[in-house]
Amino acid sequence: MSLVRTEAESPSNPGPPSDSASVRERLRNAETVLWHRGTFVAAVLPFLGLAFAITVVAIKGWPAILVNGTHFFTGSTWQPGSTYGSTVYPHGVATPQGASYGAWPLILGTVQSSAIALILAVPISIGAAIALTERLPRSIARPANFAVELLAGIPSVLFGLWGILTLGPLLARDVYPHIASIMPDVPVLNFFNSPTGHGEGLFTSGIVLAIMIVPIITATTVELFRQVPSLNQEGARALGMTDAEVTHSVTIPWVRNGIIGASILGLARALGETIAIAMISGAILGHTAQNIYSPMTTIAATIVSQLDSSFTDATGFATATLAEAALVLAVISVVVNVIARFIVHRTGKLGGPVGRG
Amino acid sequence: MTFTLEAPARPRHRRRVSQMIFRAATLFALGLVLIPAIWIVLGIVLRAIPHFSFSVLTHTSAHGGLENAIVGSFIIMVGVAIIAGTIGLGAGIYLAEMSATSQRGQRVDGLLRTATEVLAGVPSIVLGFVGYIALVVGLHWGYSLLPALIILSMMVVPYIAKATENSLAQVPTAYREGAEALGMAPGYALRHVILKTALPGITTGLLVALAIAGGETAPLLYTAGWNDQMPTLALTGHQVPYLTYPVWAFYNQPSNSLRYLSYDAALILIVFIVTLLVVSRIIVARTQRHADIRR
Repeated sequence: MSLVRTEAESPSNPGPPSDSASVRERLRNAETVLWHRGTFVAAVLPFLGLAFAITVVAIKGWPAILVNGTHFFTGSTWQPGSTYGSTVYPHGVATPQGASYGAWPLILGTVQSSAIALILAVPISIGAAIALTERLPRSIARPANFAVELLAGIPSVLFGLWGILTLGPLLARDVYPHIASIMPDVPVLNFFNSPTGHGEGLFTSGIVLAIMIVPIITATTVELFRQVPSLNQEGARALGMTDAEVTHSVTIPWVRNGIIGASILGLARALGETIAIAMISGAILGHTAQNIYSPMTTIAATIVSQLDSSFTDATGFATATLAEAALVLAVISVVVNVIARFIVHRTGKLGGPVGRG
Repeated sequence: MTFTLEAPARPRHRRRVSQMIFRAATLFALGLVLIPAIWIVLGIVLRAIPHFSFSVLTHTSAHGGLENAIVGSFIIMVGVAIIAGTIGLGAGIYLAEMSATSQRGQRVDGLLRTATEVLAGVPSIVLGFVGYIALVVGLHWGYSLLPALIILSMMVVPYIAKATENSLAQVPTAYREGAEALGMAPGYALRHVILKTALPGITTGLLVALAIAGGETAPLLYTAGWNDQMPTLALTGHQVPYLTYPVWAFYNQPSNSLRYLSYDAALILIVFIVTLLVVSRIIVARTQRHADIRR
């Protein structure tokens, strides 16, 4: 809805100050124009910030993109090269001799940990959202809502601290060995076979990521469920459907796209998570996970753990490579986010007006 | 909407059983959400409490406390509230209220809206990297307050803008029509009627942004640095301490005192988040009461 009248909108024609207009009215029109221009500047700033960020990462990463080539996406070595050795100039870029960077383990680790998180989080979130919206006694619903909000607000470094000190050791001692012992040695499932490690690794990271994205998906899904017109649900109940049947054949179909969008939003968060993963993943470079318990790393965790030491490379190539990694991560996250927001928006428009009346 | 009516045709007890399983499954899922929440909070609190002493609040890290980190986090949050609050509020107002009528203007608005949403999707470590490369190193600002504020603001402006836009969209149309019927200029109506009505929602969005700013680690590591002395208000050239750093850097140190400091910082962060949540709850509850009276 446009609040501002059309005359005030074009900057070349600021308001209609007719001769008879009182000073007061002119001031008020001036205020309108001021609001318009001031807020426009504010609205342009995020755009400029985004352009700035992408430009910086792209410029800084350009030499690495030239030298690393496609090997960056397929290779598994992470070799800074000889820092005190001679400098070589492939593609005219100064690099330490022996430098070779392949980000495949980072990319795979990012995808694997986020996939585990998503597989665990989506069913739990949908179930919890149903429980929160369907006939839960107020004395339970209020604290439960508070807990979901709290979970969403806990800083990721605390998830990391809890994961590395409490959850990881517990899982490695009491849970992983049992999972490993019951899993048969067949393809796919042998990914769950031992060694089970010390609790720092892919599975623990995935579980903690799942806990981190559960509140995002739950909150969005609850919001979507509230938009489902109550007439349809009541009608279904009047036809004699049970809660399960109403949820299955009325509520869920109404918001299906929205739930997909919410899940992808959670996925985007998991892909970009840094500090918690840097603490829990075991932060191993140059190796892909051998089984689901092995140490791994992600793009984000590698950037945060390697940026310091990248400056020992006087040619700046290590930093350039990290910039390339950051660019890859940014592109992945942005694409995933845009898809999610597109889906959520479309559903919001479908479901919104009907319920509110 | 079409309804398939195969459900009543099934035998009765099977439907009752499936209903019970459904109920149990959803409650189980809810439990799986609540247990980690309680576990994390209790785990951190119980780890910190046995060694906690209030001297932590009154000594700097150079003397085994966290006073500098608390003050630093406070400065960072106030700075973010001022910078990101202004920009986010403005951007939200523009996107909600000032949408253009011309086709070209609408395209620009769409671009700005998309950019805001895309910025929300950029991982914080990427923004931290940008801050480090461009501001800390590139502009020779060093680890300091200004790059930290700029990068954190870039992170939270989209949230504030979105919260502002959403709560402005929920202002009843009757209010706008009433304001216009009374002859208020649009800018005047915005300030006196519309923003006033939307204020609780905007405030909640601001609190969420503060929670993010206070709880971030990755972008601060390479923009604010760390300092075991009290922070200054100097914008550049002085490293700023903040609460998440000790958690991240000290938890695996060999010395007990440093590890306890890590747990203490975690405890303070938990208290801070719970406080923010309760405050935002109170704001929402109070507004709902007022809204009921008005109706």
